[in-house]
Amino acid sequence: MTTQKDTWTIAGREFTSRLMVGTGKYASFQQTAEALEASGAEIITVAVRRVNLDRSKESLLDYIDTKKYTLLPNTAGCYTADDAVRTCRLAREAGMSDFVKLEVLGDEKTLFPDNEELLKAARILVKEGFTVLPYTSDDVIMCRKLEDIGCAAVMPLGAPIGSGLGIRNPYNLRIILESVRIPVIVDAGVGSASDAAIAMELGCDGVLMNTAIAGAQDPIAMARAMRLGVEAGRLSYKAGRIPRKLYANASSPLDGMIA
Amino acid sequence: MHVTLNGELTDIAEGSTVAGLLEHLQLHRERVAVEVNLDIVPKVAYDGHGLADGDRIEIVHFVGGG
Repeated sequence: MTTQKDTWTIAGREFTSRLMVGTGKYASFQQTAEALEASGAEIITVAVRRVNLDRSKESLLDYIDTKKYTLLPNTAGCYTADDAVRTCRLAREAGMSDFVKLEVLGDEKTLFPDNEELLKAARILVKEGFTVLPYTSDDVIMCRKLEDIGCAAVMPLGAPIGSGLGIRNPYNLRIILESVRIPVIVDAGVGSASDAAIAMELGCDGVLMNTAIAGAQDPIAMARAMRLGVEAGRLSYKAGRIPRKLYANASSPLDGMIA
Repeated sequence: MHVTLNGELTDIAEGSTVAGLLEHLQLHRERVAVEVNLDIVPKVAYDGHGLADGDRIEIVHFVGGG
């Protein structure tokens, strides 16, 4: 089983790695590139910002092979549907791809999504032909609505963005997994490789993270740890865990004891 | 003539086009997106798109983000 192909698809595009990583907060572009390599990720998120007209023209894309990675531009920092839609249109023009990570934030302190604005933006973007991957609350009703609108995946949070608190509500994720047919990607909240494994063991299709890798003391080592955590969690999910029991069940045979 | 370029009032040559402005700024057209007065200018139109006094121009690209 371990050698069987275990790919997944988003909007008809096939991927092998189930770890998606962000490119923010690294010490240098060189470190970003090394962490991406170590993570094994195929999909990487980027932000859309004004070019800096005064400073060095060195750019993230000088360090990233855009043939190797699928760029997923985000709408980070957008608080209204209008701003998010505008950002997505610019991203499509800059990257010549329809893939977007849609986030519409409601509050600076929590960075929780503004669901009302999120749905509004998603409707417009799907109509305009975008492949929309929305960052959303871990709320099954929201996820169903996003699926009905035509989003390509749902990306519920495990915990607040950058918090590293891990998967705070695995039961909500399980309900979401049972309720939608599109891929479910945990986006935000992961702090360690075990968190990533927990998300995958629940049956999620993928995990997206940034701070957990970029903010680690050794981002390259953590990128590899996350890769292994996601793979371990996925295998564990597919292998089918034993049921939890209250009492012991001996592993060694009782027959043939010397006394 | 004066335009607002990424939020800054900027003096550019009379008769500039989007393509000319990008070249002046040493920016790769493949890696940016340009908006003039809130409308996106498609890459194929850069050469022919003339800029006017008072235009509000946004030039964006991809940066690191999560």
